[in-house]
Amino acid sequence: MSKERVVVIFPHPDDESFGASGTISKFRDEGVPVTYLCGTLGEMGRNMGNPIFANRETLSSFRKKELAEAAKQLDIDVEMLGYRDKTLEFEPRHQVAEHLKERIESLGATIIITHYPGYAVHPDHDALGAAVIEAVENMPEENRPQIWMHAISNQSEHDLGKPEIITDVRPYWERKLAAIKAHLSQADGMMSLIENHDQASEQLERLKTERFYMYKFQ
Amino acid sequence: MDAIQQKVVQEKIDQLANKEVYVHLETTNGAYASHFDENAYNVGAFIRNAQVSYQHGKIVSTGGSYRVGLKLDMGWVYAEGLTDYEIDEKNRLLMAGHDREGRLMVALEISETPFSHEADPDE
Repeated sequence: MSKERVVVIFPHPDDESFGASGTISKFRDEGVPVTYLCGTLGEMGRNMGNPIFANRETLSSFRKKELAEAAKQLDIDVEMLGYRDKTLEFEPRHQVAEHLKERIESLGATIIITHYPGYAVHPDHDALGAAVIEAVENMPEENRPQIWMHAISNQSEHDLGKPEIITDVRPYWERKLAAIKAHLSQADGMMSLIENHDQASEQLERLKTERFYMYKFQ
Repeated sequence: MDAIQQKVVQEKIDQLANKEVYVHLETTNGAYASHFDENAYNVGAFIRNAQVSYQHGKIVSTGGSYRVGLKLDMGWVYAEGLTDYEIDEKNRLLMAGHDREGRLMVALEISETPFSHEADPDE
């Protein structure tokens, strides 16, 4: 029995599927429990389905249901943190960090997967990743989980070098695809890419490897 | 949502005039605009549940999309690029403009009750 307990902390329904679902599947196959703490309901998303089926007011309901379906495909628990899409950076950082610390401790996390602040493109990604680091730094040293950080900005490898954790997630590809497909309102662009382009397309290749930097505590 | 029918939308705008209403107005090119194109700027603006009362409002066709302007006692609200509309089960006037891929670019919504901030817990 592994002693690990994985907590994934991203702001949007679908971040877990695009960014970490292969790694999540690997942990689940090893019997490791995984909980996704999802920051918002993605209510400000621009993708409305294709053909369009959501509007600004109904989008959050769709995305909540889509997340539940993706969680079923990945066999993970989901908790909603209750923030609002595109506003996380405006919340007081220490309050978000306190909130996260409480959830991290109560879940007994040994590994946290989140975004690399400053290298995660979306302001919610950067803000939540930074709050995770603050939360863990506020924990006693002996209780701190590892933090695995997902960097997606164009200059991340140039600035940070190669990530410590590089996982070929091809063995979990079917599950990753099923999880991505569950996010119907968001996944259309990615799905047409997968269906219309040959398997060598760059974006598709990127999805088959998941990369994380390990946070180094000072 | 359906393609805007100018007459239907104008009637709804008229019905909501001179009432205390809540407005949602946003425009955005998305958080990833400059990630996918380094020459692009991320731009956007967002206001939710602004409480206003407008004297009158008008929807104007620009051939392909619409502009809607609302005249307040001391100001204006307007949005450009609206293509689709819906009068939902809460009797709110929802309007949005989408790009060719169906992504939302602009939204203007008017309601007599505040817009909620969460997914409907019943759904």
